[in-house]
Amino acid sequence: MSDLSRADAFPLRRREVAQQILDSGGDDLLMITGLGSTNWDFTAAGDSPSIFPLWGAMGGALPMALGLALAQPDKRILVATGDAEILMALGSFATVAVQAPTNLSIAVFDNERYGETGMQATATAHTADLAAIAAASGIMITNTIRDQVELDAAVPLIIEEKGPSVHVIKVRAEPLPFVLPPKDGAYLKDRFRAALLGDEGIV
Amino acid sequence: MDWWKDIYSAMKEADVKQVAYVPDAGHAKLINACIADNDMRAVPLTTEEEGIAMMAGAWLGGQRGVLLMQSSGVGNCINMVGLMKTCRFPLATFITMRGQWHEFNPWQMPMGNGTQPALEAMDVNVRTVDDPADVAAQSAALLHRAFVGMQAGALLLHQRLMPIKTFKGSED
Ligand SMILES: Cc1ncc(C[n+]2csc(CCOP(=O)(O)OP(=O)(O)O)c2C)c(N)n1
Repeated sequence: MSDLSRADAFPLRRREVAQQILDSGGDDLLMITGLGSTNWDFTAAGDSPSIFPLWGAMGGALPMALGLALAQPDKRILVATGDAEILMALGSFATVAVQAPTNLSIAVFDNERYGETGMQATATAHTADLAAIAAASGIMITNTIRDQVELDAAVPLIIEEKGPSVHVIKVRAEPLPFVLPPKDGAYLKDRFRAALLGDEGIV
Repeated sequence: MDWWKDIYSAMKEADVKQVAYVPDAGHAKLINACIADNDMRAVPLTTEEEGIAMMAGAWLGGQRGVLLMQSSGVGNCINMVGLMKTCRFPLATFITMRGQWHEFNPWQMPMGNGTQPALEAMDVNVRTVDDPADVAAQSAALLHRAFVGMQAGALLLHQRLMPIKTFKGSED
């Protein structure tokens, strides 16, 4: 039987992981964060126009990042999202692998829970292995990160490595205070485009 | 049956760079033209829903994209359309209709009947074209509505435009 509570004791803490990744990212880093906890984590780490935080569109973070990565081949695109959010979009691993955008990194904050909705166990608490699914879908660089040493080794890869790559970061299942970014979608879109494209970004 | 060329020309005219699709026989020639076009990125999807989110990402990055699907794919997209509406992302999708006209396969009927109401329930502007002579103008209007008008729109390509599918012989 799976130990459905093992994630309660995972050493990596999601807010610290988000901070470390964001602090390591350069000016060229553009991010999409998935609905729920990863949105709040990166808002806590430092909300900015170059981060597009999703408040819905479950299953959309990765394909959205793909469209962005294809449109901006000279920028580094990082999508950070939850295990349940990516479980809703497993086909996108295959879609991304076929396009193989070298500028795209995928970080899954895997707390083995539907955190946002009451900490119910997801399939990763039971049987599903997201890095293996990504690898079997054709993503050439995949790993599962379980502690600080592994994270320290992976962060430079997440930021710089030729992708696409999938990094499944096992983070502690813990309730945390909300840290909310702006929620008006049209504003989030326009500020992102203005930061990236300048005046031309505003239509 | 060359109306697809009018869609392709309209897409070129509108500077469309990303074309996401789940194939339909009715879109086959257009898809092949997009794949052959070095100035377009043709992206096969696993589900149409991916294409909606991908179009949002393309626009965030400063590119225009188009989504090609058949009517049954609309049912796979509905919640994701909310992303486009909430953020006011443009959306332009060309939808080949099934379950509408001399349909051989009853399994295509429910979503064929539901295509337009489902899109309109999500506040997507829907137009239908059933005359090949009108495809060019309607395609240009859809792309203008999306990328200049900043709206979500769908152009339904009436089943009259397609060869009748019978499963008896080879399909065009
Ligand atoms: C289509 C859809 N289904 C269900 C929900 C409800 N919901 C919101 S967040 C969430 C789970 C998020 O879990 P995960 O992606 O693992 O992130 P976590 O909060 O655990 O980090 C769910 C099911 C939703 N918003 N949209």
